[in-house]
Amino acid sequence: MTYTLAGPANESMASASDTLIIAMIVVYAAALFLFAIEAAYGRRTKLKSGKLMPVSVGAENSGEGGDDIRVNVRTDEGEASASQNVLGKIALAVTALGFLLSLAQIITRGLAADRWPWGNMFEFVVAMCLVAVGAFLYAAWQYQARFLGAFVLVPVVILLGIGVRWLYVDPGPLIPALQSYWVPIHVTATILAGGAFMVSGAAGITYLIAHRSEAKRAAGQVVTGVAGSLPSSELLDRISHRMILFAFPLWTFGIIAGAVWADEAWGRFWGWDPKEVWSFISWVIYAAYLHARATGGWRGRKATWINVIGFVSIMFNFFAVNYMFSGLHSYA
Amino acid sequence: MTTTTSEAPPEPGGAPENKPKGLGLTGWLRWAWRILTSMRTALILLFLLAVGAIPGSILPQNVVSVDEVDQYFRENPGLAPVLDSLYLFDVFSSPWYAAIYLLLFVSLTGCVIPRAITHAKALRSRPVRTPKNLQRMPYAATFSTDAAPDTVLEQARSVLKGYRMERYGNSVSGETGYMREAGNVFFHVALIALLLALAAGAFFGYRGNMLMVEGDGFANTLPAYDAIYPGHWTDTDQMEPFTLHLDNFDATFLEDGDLRGQADSYTADITYRESPEAEEQTHELEVNEPLSVDGVQVYLLGHGYAPEFEVRNAEGDVVFDQAVPFLYRDTMSFTSDGVIKVPDTGGEELGFTSVFLPTAMEDQEGELVSSFPGAENPMVTLEAFEGDLGMHEPQSVYQLQTEGMEQIGESPVMEMGDTWELPDDAGSITFSGYSEFVSLQANRDGARPFALGAAVSMVVGLMLTLFVRPRRVWVRAAEREDGRTEVVLAGLGKTEVAANNQEFHELTTRLAARLRSDGSDDNVPNPTDPPESTNTRE
Ligand code: HEM
Repeated sequence: MTYTLAGPANESMASASDTLIIAMIVVYAAALFLFAIEAAYGRRTKLKSGKLMPVSVGAENSGEGGDDIRVNVRTDEGEASASQNVLGKIALAVTALGFLLSLAQIITRGLAADRWPWGNMFEFVVAMCLVAVGAFLYAAWQYQARFLGAFVLVPVVILLGIGVRWLYVDPGPLIPALQSYWVPIHVTATILAGGAFMVSGAAGITYLIAHRSEAKRAAGQVVTGVAGSLPSSELLDRISHRMILFAFPLWTFGIIAGAVWADEAWGRFWGWDPKEVWSFISWVIYAAYLHARATGGWRGRKATWINVIGFVSIMFNFFAVNYMFSGLHSYA
Repeated sequence: MTTTTSEAPPEPGGAPENKPKGLGLTGWLRWAWRILTSMRTALILLFLLAVGAIPGSILPQNVVSVDEVDQYFRENPGLAPVLDSLYLFDVFSSPWYAAIYLLLFVSLTGCVIPRAITHAKALRSRPVRTPKNLQRMPYAATFSTDAAPDTVLEQARSVLKGYRMERYGNSVSGETGYMREAGNVFFHVALIALLLALAAGAFFGYRGNMLMVEGDGFANTLPAYDAIYPGHWTDTDQMEPFTLHLDNFDATFLEDGDLRGQADSYTADITYRESPEAEEQTHELEVNEPLSVDGVQVYLLGHGYAPEFEVRNAEGDVVFDQAVPFLYRDTMSFTSDGVIKVPDTGGEELGFTSVFLPTAMEDQEGELVSSFPGAENPMVTLEAFEGDLGMHEPQSVYQLQTEGMEQIGESPVMEMGDTWELPDDAGSITFSGYSEFVSLQANRDGARPFALGAAVSMVVGLMLTLFVRPRRVWVRAAEREDGRTEVVLAGLGKTEVAANNQEFHELTTRLAARLRSDGSDDNVPNPTDPPESTNTRE
């Protein structure tokens, strides 16, 4: 029998990573606050046509030669506008700073433990939040989706809080089952997918709120506050769909990689272990979401509810399955 | 799905609502088939598939652990039989779950085949004729140019690079993104293939568990397994004739810090032969390093301690000398329980229940506990029984049937080498040492590579479905009365209005820019000109 020394391989890295996580939560909370102010008190500003914003009727003419291109678009979508002010720009910068802190935290933690920095629940939560914030920053940059800031940061801050308060463990080596090159493959895929599902879920909830406001407004009611100044529900729907387009194949790949790994580690590629059952359930729910979007009468609200249920199932898989059920995946 | 691709923006879903009116049996069957293969039904079946899986994660399942199911039966004697009658301990092999996925399977097949045929036809046909009124399309842009209509269409062809194109009179019709539909069909076919591969594996393969103490051997035959689960059509008389031998097992644990006691590595040194005649080979079996022998995968599932005991009868003859596998209670202390059964003593049968503590110490209350999973200070305690072991009936090796026995005493805490003289002159027992054992699983599933291939195909098909956007573009160029050419570019996307319109608009500006730069008489671009045309192409 031989013994290995436990504990962090590098003490200073370990303490740096512990400081960084606190800093990161503070920074995200500040950004959340600023985004919330922007959402509530910003001025409604029309969004430029872009990746997710349709070209509108009589679109701007990009030819300098004066070809006078007249565009006729037949979609029933209105223009998208969002509540904006300068605080949102600051919030975005603050979020980006938080993202960098988060990246640094993960790197220092990896150095401290001398291994891939996602091997336990705490590390998964942090990594998933990193991906969610990254996906949000991407959406803000590519789709002008800054208005999602508050909605994405709420779950991020909650999850990080839970992570620090209840899931924290010191950096250290992994149990033998997790010492495999499949960790970077399988776990990375599910974390990436999880983060994007999170943004999609946040956009989905925003969609449901915006949809209700639109219905109220159509009925002649006045909607005030954040709910009243959200962009059009179609735009929110499109963003949340985009995120799922990114996440669903990754989730599929993650499950397959997990099955290959399970085959190597446990001797069967699929054994209906609770974790496997729930990843399958989530997969089926998101497949149902994609089908619903292609099915008459299911697009919109119903499909979005499926999306939200999908994210709930991801979270359930993450927390409940690790703590409530016993299975081979109980690395909690 | 029975709808075919059509001109209008697609509405792929929607159950057919028109019910048969007095069509007789075939009419009803056709109607039922249409309902079954509609996307709405697929959606509902998908939901049922997800909801049905939930009890399979909440209740213990026989596929996962028979022991946990037994325990549930013991703890809920009233409820368990009711749940069992609903197959809730075998959800994934229950008739009702099978009904859901078989229906889905049929629905999937019935939906995919017509789609595949339609798509195959579409692949061979030419892009559709240009519609008369392009202004009706979701995107339509109009501009005028000095270039001649033919030049416009020629330029349109190069702008539409990558589209499949056809000229119809004064217009060009282009279509692209066929791979989406192909990918979608491919995905669904791969899904069917995956289900078939899973079924094949379950019907023809087998999975067995066995336990080997260091120094033990194993020959791959049915009786050599502690538990084996062959498939319905598995030929268990013709199992692969390999043999294994466990030379040594080594587990390491973390010593310090928060994580003290967490396992760090397991290694089992195995020698094996593919068949009795084959060369002997060695393999280091680790958690993520299975042994593949003759198409069978052998995995390391777990490990434990097997303390060695020597039992002498009243006359002082050795009647038992063996390592006995013990089951651990938890992985942090590896406190393990086991049973020693000594039927052949020459007198009364002897039985012992025993606790093995790999690193024994006294806790604050003075209780003897194990503080570490590694064997730093191994100790055992024993309870001895005398009487009838009841071994004429099958029984678990981990349990002592004490009904026919009488307890004769409890041992002191024993270190390695200690001997306990049994009361009543019943003999003695010596804790002579310990070995380790491994629990292994052997698995044969010939369809594994097919299942993997199908799963990988699914991902490929999925990517194509999700990221390829099928779209059609028409460019019409007609001379106006004032001599200029009026160009109309219209686009129709089957998905995602925004991204498509964005792209159609880009095509328009690119076409307009080209016509400006070389559609006129001075065909050669002037190198001193500011690169205006490229600016606009973005
Ligand atoms: C386990 C079962 C199934 C899974 C996981 C699955 C998955 C998918 C996925 C991921 C898509 C892409 C959705 C998109 O285009 O955005 C899709 C599309 C589609 N599926 Fe399935 N499918 C399943 C069963 C079925 C069945 C049984 C049918 C037929 C009744 C069906 C019909 C379709 C159709 C028609 C589309 C095209 C939707 C479109 O063009 O947007 N699927 N499926």
